[in-house]
Amino acid sequence: MNSYSQAFAWLAAPGHWAGPSGIPQRILEHLGYTGLTLLIAIAIALPVGLYIGHTGRGRDVIVPLTGAMRALPTLGIVILLALWIGGIGIQAPLIALVVLALPPVIAGAYAGLESVDRSVIDAARSIGFTGWQVLWQVEVPLALPLIVGGIRSACLQVIATWTVAAYLPVGGLGRFLYDALPNQDYAQMLAGSLIVIVLALLADGLFALVQRLATPRGVAAGRTPDVGTATRSPTRKDQTWLAPEEA
Amino acid sequence: MNWVSGNWAQIAQYGLAHVWLSVPPIVIGFALSVPLGWLANRFALSRGLLLTLGGLLYAVPSLPLFTVLPSLIGTRILDPLNVEIALTLYALALMLRTAADGLASVDADVKLSASAVGFSSWRRFWGVEFPLAGPVLLAGLRVVSVSTVSLVSVGSVIGVNSLGFFFLDGYQRSFPLEVWVGVIGTVLIALVFDGLLVLAGRALLPWTRTGRRPRGIVPATLPGGEVVLR
Repeated sequence: MNSYSQAFAWLAAPGHWAGPSGIPQRILEHLGYTGLTLLIAIAIALPVGLYIGHTGRGRDVIVPLTGAMRALPTLGIVILLALWIGGIGIQAPLIALVVLALPPVIAGAYAGLESVDRSVIDAARSIGFTGWQVLWQVEVPLALPLIVGGIRSACLQVIATWTVAAYLPVGGLGRFLYDALPNQDYAQMLAGSLIVIVLALLADGLFALVQRLATPRGVAAGRTPDVGTATRSPTRKDQTWLAPEEA
Repeated sequence: MNWVSGNWAQIAQYGLAHVWLSVPPIVIGFALSVPLGWLANRFALSRGLLLTLGGLLYAVPSLPLFTVLPSLIGTRILDPLNVEIALTLYALALMLRTAADGLASVDADVKLSASAVGFSSWRRFWGVEFPLAGPVLLAGLRVVSVSTVSLVSVGSVIGVNSLGFFFLDGYQRSFPLEVWVGVIGTVLIALVFDGLLVLAGRALLPWTRTGRRPRGIVPATLPGGEVVLR
């Protein structure tokens, strides 16, 4: 535990909180990279996922593809692109990270739409909804928690991979880890790691909140409890049909 | 291509190391997830606690976790055990949610029938609930397997060598072929593992070999609500 007190001492040192390689600057870089990656990934993946989920077309291509992309080692892809594109900017890792963030967002959107009960969609169609209206007024609202879940998953992956990608000459919180590796400055590595972990947990918590807010009220109300559904004793409300005079 | 034939021994050595680093987290993570998944479904309190913990663990990025573990558990920084424990925790975090969902998806009437014909709760779990949750467990296990194989390579950054060594070495020498060898090797291992799991599923779960899933059924979910497509 001694190394933790050294890490906290490192975090408390005022010198580490100022300048272009200070903690606030690195956090801002990391958040900036992550936000940019997510925005581009969502702009590409969301339409694709919604199209597949709504029409059912392309399912046989995209499902194995998103599965296969999970197998790609992120660090390897980031380095391959860096060697291929060259340059010292964030361009190469940005492209790699966008590509790696696509599958969870596509999967979330597609599976969200697929989880919508067919009869609900048929009902909407039968009262005259156009395909576009079905998508935006029925499917997307009902699928929103899963859509947000996909983005949440992508966000965590992007935060983690930007840390690893600091093997290349880019900024972000991974710098604290890689810059400390050659001279075995374990206090700085540990401090940097703790900052990344806190950042990831905060981002995850934020998305959990958004996911909860995104659940339509009707869906949340109709949800059965997770535990003990089979043995739940009937409530008074359930029994009203038995005793109409009490209702 | 000369480089590949010239360095074949090293490629095979790191490839094997990659396989051996991948197997224990997948196996141990799965083995722990089943009883914990059962426990999660047993009590409302344990469900909230375990699934929240699993979700938080899953949110922790890999490289920082590798760094934070040694001083928490008293290992040396370069000890492969750090990577193994971290990857086991990820496998467990991923698998726990799937195991709980899979076990909960078993029809209550089926469970009651099993009890009615005299199954003890132990035999009912292993003879009825566990096999019926099989397809969901398998879907989760396939995700765990693929992501573990891919994550093992990150260990190279902190000196636990696997095929990930070729990423770092290839970058230092600006030699894309070497990086390609690492990437293709990792993907091949993941594909072989996945193929073995699918074969095992066919052998152990013969009743799942039917047509398409109907619409309106949510497949296995990961922490955070991402879904596993099947």
